Amino acid sequence: MTAREEILAAVRAAVASAPPAPVADVPRRPAASGADVVALFCERVADYRAVVERCAPADLEAAVRAALPEDARVVVPPDLGLDVPGAVLDERLCAADLDALDAVVTRARLGIAETGTIVLDHGPGQGRRAITLVPDRHVCVVEAAQVVADVPDAFDVLDAARPLTWVSGPSATSDIELDRVEGVHGPRVLHVIVVG
Amino acid sequence: MTATFVGMPPFPQAARAALGDTQLRHNLAHATHTIRDKRARVVAEVPEWEELRQAGADLKDAALAGLDDHLEQLEAALVSRGAVVHWARDAAEACAVVAQVAKAHGVDEVVKVKSMVTQEIGLNEALAAEGISAWETDLAELIVQLADDLPSHILVPAIHRNRAEVREIFRTRMSAAGRPAPADLTDDPAELANAARLHLREKFLRAKVGVSGANFAVAETGTLVVVESEGNGRMCLTLPEVLVSVVGIEKVVPTFADLDVFLRLLPRSSTGERMNPYTSMWHGVTPGDGPQEMHVVLLDNGRTRALADEVGRQALRCIRCSACLNVCPVYERVGGHAYGSVYPGPIGAILNPLMKGVGVDDQTDSLPYASTLCGACYEVCPVKIDIPSILVDLRSQVVDAHRGGRPKPEALAMKGAAWTFSDARRLGGAERLSGLVGRVWGRVGRTSLPGGRPAFGRLPGPGARWTGARDLPAPPRESFRAWWRRTRGRGTRP
Repeated sequence: MTAREEILAAVRAAVASAPPAPVADVPRRPAASGADVVALFCERVADYRAVVERCAPADLEAAVRAALPEDARVVVPPDLGLDVPGAVLDERLCAADLDALDAVVTRARLGIAETGTIVLDHGPGQGRRAITLVPDRHVCVVEAAQVVADVPDAFDVLDAARPLTWVSGPSATSDIELDRVEGVHGPRVLHVIVVG
Repeated sequence: MTATFVGMPPFPQAARAALGDTQLRHNLAHATHTIRDKRARVVAEVPEWEELRQAGADLKDAALAGLDDHLEQLEAALVSRGAVVHWARDAAEACAVVAQVAKAHGVDEVVKVKSMVTQEIGLNEALAAEGISAWETDLAELIVQLADDLPSHILVPAIHRNRAEVREIFRTRMSAAGRPAPADLTDDPAELANAARLHLREKFLRAKVGVSGANFAVAETGTLVVVESEGNGRMCLTLPEVLVSVVGIEKVVPTFADLDVFLRLLPRSSTGERMNPYTSMWHGVTPGDGPQEMHVVLLDNGRTRALADEVGRQALRCIRCSACLNVCPVYERVGGHAYGSVYPGPIGAILNPLMKGVGVDDQTDSLPYASTLCGACYEVCPVKIDIPSILVDLRSQVVDAHRGGRPKPEALAMKGAAWTFSDARRLGGAERLSGLVGRVWGRVGRTSLPGGRPAFGRLPGPGARWTGARDLPAPPRESFRAWWRRTRGRGTRP
């Protein structure tokens, strides 16, 4: 027998005596109003010691420019849809090229208020996974209308066929005496701009 | 890495040694109490927590009840998305697959995401034997690897080390593995984390092959999930050209939406956060983004044995959060090494015997006894694994496995007690004898318990092992039955 056949046969023999599977009753909280959800999102993202600001759609490009240090070498996905002066378009930059850059500007797929999470599905305006990872500063633009209340609401809209990156604050570790330190391998600065 | 759990002494010996290490006890008490408080705070924010735990348990039970179908579905989904699926009965087969992939690409190093399953199968040692260096990239795993140490916690493998010890390890050991630690390194955790960032960055940028585990595998979509904090996981999952993921067969959940419950349960139970900094989900190969060659190794290594255990199979619900370690009064005092396995603490005390089987080695057989059965682990478990009940059941399995051959003194004592207690006249005789001992000891004994009850001090001979850790009260002068007869029971049957 191959390993595959042997493992599957062992599984079948093992579960033959198992009681019928229960049906899970998954709890959901009643939905909060839209304005509360965006305010909670901002508060929870800030809790992770990320920078959070809100701006009107007309002020977005100015807010993005202000979020980038002067002389920062910036990479953006080709379809960002924002004018970022001096930015390099990501056209298959290798890891070493990305390492030479200081910041990245992207959009997001959605935000989750309860947990202060940004979800990227690396679709329009979000770029490949590597560009939001290697540069040390990530400026992320989230539309207020993209913010959902809780994790189950995110699963209602996310597409399982896309790669997904969930980001909750800057990279962090608690590995030394369980003392939380922001900034290890991922971007050490996460700057979230909530539009609208 | 030279350190190994192989040949560890049974729990009681290992625990005695650990208890003598005051630095270890201090480090552990500080760390476990910190994380316990953080967990309690974020769990209290979720009013539906108990319903979520039940949903987590039910979803995992459903996943396990149909595991054969889910595994076949997972395989088909992965293959349709360009991944190569391998099946491994045991550690050796799984390690061989990883080594083969690395060799096929002519590399002599791989970068690793923190993963319990690759620790379980001894992957680093197996690759080293083939001349391939496996670089751990999680900060705590890096500390353990550089120090030739062993992990002592599921989530924070270097929990037994304090900041001064970490600084010393980085200062003396980093240069042999790559970029040395900065010369002016202090013991500030932020500086230590930065030293790890600098040390590992060159490894991430040049790595051709990455190795990971997976926190979850979705049967319906072929999605693999890695939950992490530092970004080292994202580095290993994104930058290399080739990715090998070793996945225990119990990691399967049926549908993509099932992840909802586990992503609500895991971060709060594990690091005490509303959500961990990074979660990566991927579904086979994504053209133009990330590794373009993917291998998934589906591993048994004792899981089907655990699945066949009617009481113990619920242990396979475990999502490796480590909440049970942090609340365990035994773990808090002895630490993880005493359990002799990469899975320490309450969950390790059941997973190891369930996966390896009882009656095989003394070390594994000692683990179900490494508990006070206080039940704190069950209360915090996000998937409601009834660890105390499984421990009790495993204790009976251990006893059963040792029937036949020369009986142990404890078994003889129990047999004798059963013979005495099963007959009223024999019991009466034993009571008279114990009453006599009680009266004599009450006169000559000098030890007493708080409250004044006479007690034996240290017993001689084999009895010393009992009294070494317990008070043994002297028997009462009179049994209940004798007292009843004396005071009001005249003429009634005893």
